[in-house]
Amino acid sequence: MNRAAARRRRSHFMVGLMGLAVVLAVLPLLLILGTLVAKGASSLNLAFFTKMPVPAGETGGGVMHAIVGTLMIVGTACLIGLPLGIGGGIYCAEYPGSKLATVTRFVSDVLNGTPSIVVGVFAWTWIVATQKHFSAFAGSVALAILMVPMVTRTTEEMIKLVPHSLREAALALGYSRWRTSLTVVVRTTLPGIVTGSLLAVARVAGETAPLLFTALGSQYLSFDLDQPMAALPLVVFTYATGPYEEWHQLAWATALVLILVVLVLSVAARLATRGKFRQNG
Amino acid sequence: MADAAVRIATERLSAMYGKSTAVKDVTLSFAANRVHALIGPSGCGKSTFLRAMNRMHELTPGGWITGRVLLDGQDVYAPGVNPMQLRRRVGMVFQKPTPFPTMSIFDNVAAGLRVGQRRPKAELAETVEQALRGAALWDEVKDRLATSAVALSGGQQQRLCVARTIAPQPEVILLDEPTASLDPQGTQRIEELLFTLKQTFTIIIVTHNMQQAARVSDTTTFFYLGGMVETGATRQLFTSPAREETEAYITGRFG
Repeated sequence: MNRAAARRRRSHFMVGLMGLAVVLAVLPLLLILGTLVAKGASSLNLAFFTKMPVPAGETGGGVMHAIVGTLMIVGTACLIGLPLGIGGGIYCAEYPGSKLATVTRFVSDVLNGTPSIVVGVFAWTWIVATQKHFSAFAGSVALAILMVPMVTRTTEEMIKLVPHSLREAALALGYSRWRTSLTVVVRTTLPGIVTGSLLAVARVAGETAPLLFTALGSQYLSFDLDQPMAALPLVVFTYATGPYEEWHQLAWATALVLILVVLVLSVAARLATRGKFRQNG
Repeated sequence: MADAAVRIATERLSAMYGKSTAVKDVTLSFAANRVHALIGPSGCGKSTFLRAMNRMHELTPGGWITGRVLLDGQDVYAPGVNPMQLRRRVGMVFQKPTPFPTMSIFDNVAAGLRVGQRRPKAELAETVEQALRGAALWDEVKDRLATSAVALSGGQQQRLCVARTIAPQPEVILLDEPTASLDPQGTQRIEELLFTLKQTFTIIIVTHNMQQAARVSDTTTFFYLGGMVETGATRQLFTSPAREETEAYITGRFG
C-alpha cells in the first residue's frame, strides 16, 4: 500500500517535471509572438500590404515591394529546389543501398547543418561575382540550396513509411518498378511530401543572411529576377538597424507579417496531411 | 483428377536468399481448374516456393533460383520472358489485405487492367463489375465504388484484393495465407470463393491451417525444411499419408 503511494507520488513529480519542460519549450515562441503582436500590430493596416515605403521621417507607407519580392524569390527557389529535393528523396528511398544514395544522404545531413550564411557566400561567389551584379535569382539559388537537403531527407523518410506489402501488391499486378513508385508509393505518401516541402519553404522564407549577399534588397517594386529585389527579412534587417523610431516600428510590423506567412504555411502543411494518409485497418 | 491438363509445374526448383537455401529441389505439377494447397510448419519454404512461381522471389534482395518453372510448358525464367507480363498471367493475393489507400474501390480493381493495353471506359466498368461479382463483393460495394477502399472491413478488403487479382484474367492465382489476418466469417467467405474461382482459374494456396487445406483443396503438398515431402490427393494425404513426417505434422505432433 505504502509503496503504491510512493510510486504515485514519484509519477506525479515526474509528470510535473515534463509539464514544466513543455512550458519552457513553448514559452519562447509565445513570448516572440506576444512581443511582435504588441509592438507591430498597431502599425498593421491595409496600406501596409498595398503601399510602397515612404522616405524616412514621413509616416504611412507599406512593404508591398518586400511581400512581392519574398513571394518571387521563394517561389523561384521552390521551382529549383523542390524537384531536385523530391527527386533525390525518391531515389534514396528506392535505391537505399546504392553508393549514390549513401553519398546523397551524407551530403544532405552535412548541408542541413551548414550555416545559411555560408550558402549565401557560395551563391555570391558563384553567381553575383561572375555576373558582376546582385540579383534576386542568386538569392533564389541560395534558398534552393538550403531547401534541397531538407526536402530530400523528409521525402525519403516519408516514402520509407509506406508498407512494403503495398509495393509488392503493385509489383504482383505486373506493375513496372517506376510505375509502382509513382502511382502507388509516391501517391500514397504525397501529403507527407507536401508537408515536408511546405515546412522547408517556411524555413527558408525567413532566411536573411543568404539574401544579404545576393538579392541585396531594394526600395522599389521589381519583378525582374535579374535585378536586386526586396524581401521581408531584408526589410526587417534594414529597418531594425536604422536610426529612426518609425523604422523600428515598421521593422516590428514587417517581422509580424513574416511570422504570419510562416505560420500560414505551417498550418497549411498540417491541413494537407490531415485525414489523408491512413494505414489499413 | 490425373487426367486434367497441367497448367503450371516446377522442375527441380530451388530458391535461395544469398547463400541460404529456402526451397530445395522441388518438382511438382499443378493441374488446371483445381485448388492446390501447400502446407507445412513456419519456415518450411512454402511461401518462397509460391513467390518463385511468379518471379516475386527475385525482387527480394539476394533472391535467386535454380531449376525451371513451366507455365503452359514455357519456362518463365527463360531469357526474353518479361516478368511483368508473367505476373499478369500468374496473379497473387497476400497474407494482409493490401488495397491501395489513395484509390477508390473501382480504381483498386481497375489497377491491374490499366497496365496492359488501353480499354474503352464501358469495357473497363464491365470488367470491374465482373471481377467484383467473381470475388462476391459486388452487392456490398456497388453503391460506393467511388469511395475509399480502406473504409472496407478486413474481410472485404481481402475480397477486394481477390477482385483486383482476377480482373486481368490471369491463368493461375497464388494465395499466400489469404485468411491469416481475417476473422472466421471473412475466412469462410474466402474459402467459399475458392470453389467458384477454380471453375476459371488454377489456384495454389499456402496455408498454415490444415483444416482449411482439407476443406478447400483437391491436392495437398507437404513441405518440410525447404523440401517437398509428400504430395497427392487431399483426402488421401490426410487419411493415409505415405510418409511418417506428414502423419506427424497432420496429427499435430509438431509444427
